Amino acid sequence: MIVAKNIHKSFGDKAVLKGIDFVFEKSKTNLIIGRSGAGKTVLLKALVGLIAPTRGEVWYDDIDFYKLDIKAVRKLRKKVGMLFQGNALFDSMSIEDNVRFPLDMFTNMSDKEKSTQVNSVLERVELGGVNNKYPSEISGGMQKRVGIARAIVMEPEYLFCDEPNSGLDPKTALIIDDLIKDITDEKQMTTIINTHDMNSVMEIGENILLLDQGKVVWTGDKDRIIESNNKFIDDFIFASPFLKNMKNKAFGLEQSD
Amino acid sequence: MIKRQFYHLGEYVLWLQKVFSRPEKFKMYYKETIRQIDEIGLGSLKIVFIISVFIGAVTAVQLSYQFGDSLIPTYYIGYALREMEIVELAPTITSLVLAGKIGSSIAAEIGGMRQKEIIDAMEIMGVNTQAYLVLPKIVAAIFSIPMLIIIAAALSIFSGFLAAVSFGDFIPSDFIKGLTSFYDSYTVIIMIIKSFFFSFIIITVSAYHGYFVKGGSIELGKAGTKAVVYSDIFILVFDYLIAQLMMG
Repeated sequence: MIVAKNIHKSFGDKAVLKGIDFVFEKSKTNLIIGRSGAGKTVLLKALVGLIAPTRGEVWYDDIDFYKLDIKAVRKLRKKVGMLFQGNALFDSMSIEDNVRFPLDMFTNMSDKEKSTQVNSVLERVELGGVNNKYPSEISGGMQKRVGIARAIVMEPEYLFCDEPNSGLDPKTALIIDDLIKDITDEKQMTTIINTHDMNSVMEIGENILLLDQGKVVWTGDKDRIIESNNKFIDDFIFASPFLKNMKNKAFGLEQSD
Repeated sequence: MIKRQFYHLGEYVLWLQKVFSRPEKFKMYYKETIRQIDEIGLGSLKIVFIISVFIGAVTAVQLSYQFGDSLIPTYYIGYALREMEIVELAPTITSLVLAGKIGSSIAAEIGGMRQKEIIDAMEIMGVNTQAYLVLPKIVAAIFSIPMLIIIAAALSIFSGFLAAVSFGDFIPSDFIKGLTSFYDSYTVIIMIIKSFFFSFIIITVSAYHGYFVKGGSIELGKAGTKAVVYSDIFILVFDYLIAQLMMG
């Protein structure tokens, strides 16, 4: 579980986060959603420690993250995995070496044990047999899966995903969503996903936080979204007139133009 | 402007403290160091070879022109060429050229990693990115660049000898007499000390500009340019300081 307490973040005069309080639950896919510029990425980076908040606390279970010294932060980070929007793979390394990197850096496993672990996570993300290829030789969807494989190879307790579906077609995006959801269930991780992908929200949104202009404007799960009358939900999820009409039809409400 | 330069100086010093941290795993740093020796050292041999040959030849030709009709004994050309190459030209010119070749490449490599969030990804894994990305390069450069400079000095003296003997009115024995006259090993020590300082400057200044790059491809290009310009400036400043301290 990760708890955000009164997170504020400003860049100069511009306040990007204005007092975020939220509990990101264990074994659930927690989604941070909102329009572009709402503060999603800043919040995700504040939670993972890439951007220090101006004020507020982030708790990883019973650990106050921003009270830790750099050594303790690095120790905690061995329990953290992250999938980046652009995948952040090492271009000059093969897929196997990319996934193996954290094991090489932080474990005393034998080469055989490392290979077994790498093959196991690559199989888990359905990428068996691509070990010797380079990131530039595989598709965007496959690169995402390699990113996921690298994020989970150390068996983390906390998984962060920054826009995991960006640049993917809807079908591949759903596959990636399901993969993240399944892995979260299997490994009992606290997974936090930053997205503005509608399909993701409706597919895997077990604990959702909607941001607007740096403030929490709605929380809930995917089942509550449909019936919510929240104006921000309407503006974000049912942004197009087509979807608005669909919703109104479904609930027998007055149709919009 | 001055305030900004002091800000960067302070940030550079703080960043260097993180660079010199205990490695997470020596084996990984060792592997990276070997890779860097290959890139920095072996990868620069060709350019060092070319510039040394021409610098030595040009210096010999110009010295023979200057000394040609004077009362200065001709063997002094060999002596002057040796001193110039060892004390100044080999370490300084080679380092200025290497700042352009290695410096821009390091700034682009690390800056590209910053822009593609690879540095963030490594931070999330728990890697000390300052140390892992920079320390092996420093070790590799401090090992390779002095060797390149020694090679440059030897090659330029040899090419100077060939140029002077082939196109000048000098007999080889005169030139060799000059080369072996008034030899003081202290000048070689100065050359080695300079090469250590210049290696450190090239790597750290370039890596610093790459590490803190912000924005897109234009900023990455600017970081590469700054890496070379500031490395060159610092090389010349330290060239003067070392000369002043050791020979002044």
